[in-house]
Amino acid sequence: MSAIVEVRDLARDYSMGSGAVHALRGVSFDVADGEWVAIVGPSGCGKSTLLNLLGAVDTPDAGSLTIAGQRIDRMNDSAATAFRLHRIGFVFQRFYLMPALSAAENVELPMAEAKIAKDARRARVQELLGYVGLSARSGHRPSQLSGGEQQRVAIARALANRPALLLADEPTGELDAATGLEMIELFRRLNRDGTTIVVVTHDAQMAAAAGRRIQMRDGAIVDGDAS
Amino acid sequence: MPVRLAMLALFRHPARTLLALLGIAVSAALLLDMVMLASGMRENFKGFLMLRGYQLRVAPKGTLPFDSDATIDSATALVAAISKLQGVTAVSPVLGAQVQTTVARDSNITAFTLGILPEVQGDYELMRGGDIIDTSSVVVNEKWLSVTNHAIGDTVMLASGYDPQLRTFVGQRQFTVRGVVRFHYIAPTQPSLGMLLPVLQTMGGTERRDRASLVMVKAVSDTEAEAVRARIAAVSPRISAISLEGATEAVEQRLGYFKQLALVLGSISLAVGVLLVTTLITIGVNERAGEIAVLRAIGVAKGSIVWQVVLEGVVLTGVGAISGIGIGLVTAKWLERILSDFPGMPATFRFFVFQPRDAGVALAMLAAAGMLAGIYPAWRAASLPIAITLRREAVA
Repeated sequence: MSAIVEVRDLARDYSMGSGAVHALRGVSFDVADGEWVAIVGPSGCGKSTLLNLLGAVDTPDAGSLTIAGQRIDRMNDSAATAFRLHRIGFVFQRFYLMPALSAAENVELPMAEAKIAKDARRARVQELLGYVGLSARSGHRPSQLSGGEQQRVAIARALANRPALLLADEPTGELDAATGLEMIELFRRLNRDGTTIVVVTHDAQMAAAAGRRIQMRDGAIVDGDAS
Repeated sequence: MPVRLAMLALFRHPARTLLALLGIAVSAALLLDMVMLASGMRENFKGFLMLRGYQLRVAPKGTLPFDSDATIDSATALVAAISKLQGVTAVSPVLGAQVQTTVARDSNITAFTLGILPEVQGDYELMRGGDIIDTSSVVVNEKWLSVTNHAIGDTVMLASGYDPQLRTFVGQRQFTVRGVVRFHYIAPTQPSLGMLLPVLQTMGGTERRDRASLVMVKAVSDTEAEAVRARIAAVSPRISAISLEGATEAVEQRLGYFKQLALVLGSISLAVGVLLVTTLITIGVNERAGEIAVLRAIGVAKGSIVWQVVLEGVVLTGVGAISGIGIGLVTAKWLERILSDFPGMPATFRFFVFQPRDAGVALAMLAAAGMLAGIYPAWRAASLPIAITLRREAVA
């Protein structure tokens, strides 16, 4: 399978006080199209920094990052924004749904931004909410949904514009064990249906469910296949 | 979607939004009042002078009508000369003087009296009774009636032209009160009378013989007025012919204080409105920093965020401003009453004149202010570093 993500010697430093923190120190790996990769490691090892770089919400200090054939480390802000809209799907630990919008409107949001026609948006919303098992809850606001339901809506939102890559940051972090297992099942189904997934997690079961694990420590990959 | 998100953001804290709307409404009301005051006085003054369609005023050289005690001599000849000029349709000479009314032994009431020609007069409107018909009839205002305790039909003794050496009046005559009028250019608090011009001239003795304080001239049309003014000015070097524009400008110069006050207060209210909206939206943006970072992370463009936040400011200002128009009109009415009570203020003069254009100007200024008010918080919102903000949210 061809690589959809190519990471080469990626480095990211943060200045902190008078010194600098080396959050990433020359990380390299590939993710194949349709693969499910779990990035694991202790807190502060650089997992989230890596995820932010993969999601084009941050820029590296060194190295290259190619996703779906595009060098995102060289993109300016507007190009990176458009790339995120069309090619990346984000799932956050705390769901981060818009509290004033309904589940359906939350899912519709990225499509509206992408200027997709209203009818097509509505049809896609129904399809996605059906996929995550929330057709009956489409009119509910986030505050009227359980944590698991909110995370399902967040996943539906992430898939709205048919992204090339789904990035998830601790997607089970806020869920109880049973709901966490349901979420893992959903991710398994997503991957089986062809979605490429990179997930940052502390959850051993989630990591075990992934096709491949990349172990990080102190900003570097210490265990895991680079390709 | 930005529109819906902007609306929802405003409804998230209804009490706060309502208070802000109230603040903006008050600010808009003040701004509208100030715009009405600044432009209304000019417009009103034009209408005030044009009450009877006389576009031109002729006064003694270098003075404004009734600006001083100066009078024009040989008024009959001047009126005849002006009447013959091309484009002139009516000429109305007016003389102003103080006239005493004896109300009791050794007790006089001083009344301001206009000597006019009833067939061409443009100084008063008959309210009840009859108009001046002969040399022994007068018309009076309500104030004169109330201070003298007279009524229509009463016979009164009027005196004018006091000679301090002889300690007597030059002219003293009996008149019949024919009717009650409202003088357009005299304060309603001032006891006032109107009588035939030749009678008032005669009562003043040699000092007022054949004199006029002012001559009002009606031109065939407003467009012809300036040409007629030039012709009148050429008639005699002793007079100044003033057009509506000239009089308005002269008055505007004198009322410059009001305009400056209006400008300062209007600017302050506008600045307060901008600060209010900026503060409210900035607080809202800070509260929603995480949401905005998420929107940016899922691919919402900076432009959409800016548009959403600016829209919040515009909607807030727009709704507040529209509510403010109602408040502004009510307060204008109240302020009008206070200002109308100023001594010497003619009854027909209005300070606050509502014109749709004024409301439009006030609304446009506030809409621009609302947009301006949204720019800073919008810039802040769009510039949030996504990764750092999300991390902060997660930690919080």
